[in-house]
Amino acid sequence: MPVREGIYGLLAEFDTPTELVVAAKTAYDSGWRRLDCYTPYPVEEAAEAIGFHRNYVPLICLVGGLMGLAAMFLMETWVSVLAYPLNVAGRPLFSWPAFVIPAYEWTILWAGLSAAFGMLAMCGLPTLYHPLFNAPNFRNGATVDKFFLCLEANDPKFEAVESRTFLEGFGPVSVVEVEY
Amino acid sequence: MATKPELPVNDPQLDPTTGEFRVIAPGYTFKSVTDVISRIVLTPHTPMGWFAGFMLAGTFVLLLMTAVTWLFLKGVGIWGLDIPVGWGFAIINFVWWIGIGHAGTLISAILLLFKQQWRNSINRFAEAMTIFAVICAGMFPLIHVGRPWVGYWLFPYPNTMNVWPQFRSPLLWDVFAVSTYATISVVFWYIGMIPDFGTMRDRAKSRFPQYAYGILSLGWRGSVRHWMRYETASLLLAGLATPLVLSVHTVISFDFAVAILPGWHTTIFPPYFVAGAIYSGFAMVITLAIPIRKFYHLEGLITIRHIDNMGKVMLATGLIVAYGYSMEVFMAWYSASHWEYFMMWNRIFGPMGWSYWVLITCNIALPQLLWLRSTRVSPGRMFVMSLIVNTGMWFERFVIVVTSLYRDFLPSSWGTYRATRWDYATFTGTLGLFTALFFLFVRFLPMIPMSEIRMMLPQAKVTEPEAMEAGD
Repeated sequence: MPVREGIYGLLAEFDTPTELVVAAKTAYDSGWRRLDCYTPYPVEEAAEAIGFHRNYVPLICLVGGLMGLAAMFLMETWVSVLAYPLNVAGRPLFSWPAFVIPAYEWTILWAGLSAAFGMLAMCGLPTLYHPLFNAPNFRNGATVDKFFLCLEANDPKFEAVESRTFLEGFGPVSVVEVEY
Repeated sequence: MATKPELPVNDPQLDPTTGEFRVIAPGYTFKSVTDVISRIVLTPHTPMGWFAGFMLAGTFVLLLMTAVTWLFLKGVGIWGLDIPVGWGFAIINFVWWIGIGHAGTLISAILLLFKQQWRNSINRFAEAMTIFAVICAGMFPLIHVGRPWVGYWLFPYPNTMNVWPQFRSPLLWDVFAVSTYATISVVFWYIGMIPDFGTMRDRAKSRFPQYAYGILSLGWRGSVRHWMRYETASLLLAGLATPLVLSVHTVISFDFAVAILPGWHTTIFPPYFVAGAIYSGFAMVITLAIPIRKFYHLEGLITIRHIDNMGKVMLATGLIVAYGYSMEVFMAWYSASHWEYFMMWNRIFGPMGWSYWVLITCNIALPQLLWLRSTRVSPGRMFVMSLIVNTGMWFERFVIVVTSLYRDFLPSSWGTYRATRWDYATFTGTLGLFTALFFLFVRFLPMIPMSEIRMMLPQAKVTEPEAMEAGD
């Protein structure tokens, strides 16, 4: 667990996505690893710049979908063959082509729910509190029209004064210290 | 040809490079887009027109509640159902509503996969339309079962009666198809709104909206790591919703096609039901979009380009549907089956043949006007066209259900179908419910996805050379 008092990090505010990506890339290349960008819409270049190349949402989705498929198909088979066999004009009890349709629907249902909730879980959402919301300018812009780079205090390279100078080198609108 | 500009060349709505209408009017910034959309919701002043519309819709909701209460007290005998027409308004309305819902998923999922960016302005409320239409649709089978209070018997669960559902029946497939569709649509819609809820939370001035949108936003803060997972999840959901939407209407068409009955037992049903669903759904999107953009002055975000494009989709799906109708007639002749032949003759020229001609007029003849660009770029004409198409699509289901049933195999079992006032009350009631839900939606939720519109603005692009040089 990170320390829950003191400084969370330094937050630099930019007006354009390009400035943010330049700053993020330079920071990442000079060894920063505990850093994050905040943008009002997805900026793929920023994610690339801070070394976030792939995520595991597709894997969760795949596993969820296969589980849904197996769950429904096995249930249908168990119900129709073992638990409640209905002899309709001597037709086979294991009538798998008919079972495909609900199994298909449940594959999609489970895959979709896994993708959605898996994504939220991996993002650590829902979260009711985050120190960044203490920064006065964050709430005005992060979800509207401003681009933020946050260098977090738990990075070994973090030094309150030097890191600030480093960020100011990119010509941001402002650099503020974010407290827990 | 279709894109030849007929308006003055310096019209700001036209893109000079392509001559096409712009997807978004020029001059928007991140902030102005956010303001225009969030203001509708965050304003303390609800327009009087909203109250008037909501009250009108609410009246019909009351009518629906009355009709449903009476139904629960008396049973399905209050409807015009009889033998041989044992399926009436309930199934017609069910299929009609769920078809309308399908365009929402098409816009939000399929057009996302095809990278059709113009869809961004309309996808949120098309998706809302889907959910409200599915609510209206789902109600009909539930109230039709006769004893809706034991409606949960539809689901497989261990019970003291020791019975299980029949998994070989299309009616049970429907349960899973529609419940999955409703769930995935709600999840997709909600996930899509999370970043916008974050914006609403940050823009709200008073305490209650801050809390409400704060909770709904789940603490969204726009981290690019979250954005990347979010984008992946959206794409996956879109990829899943696409086969889902096709399967849902396919399964619904199985309700008919699996029955060995002339007029129903045909393999063309799945594709033509899906095309018809998209056809009517786009018509409903137009019916909703045109008054909304006018009332809330969103002409810059929901532009003529959107209406034009939707007109083209309607024309295309309308032609697929027309192909379906002609194939039905052809197969009735080509099958050399006496029963098929009689059913089709009776459908077209029988005592209820008028419904077939209404269908042909509304779904095939009049929509040919969509070939004309002047129709597609005129909001007024498109609005009328959308109402015509949805009338036609309702009659399509009427024709399929009623005219296949009312002339049974033996002339002694011939009958007819007359809807009662309770049928009409339930149907108009669901129209009211749909409209009332939509009014609530435009008042309390951001109806255009702000984050997706921001992404479409020219200033959203990272200018490559500078960014690339930085690291080296």
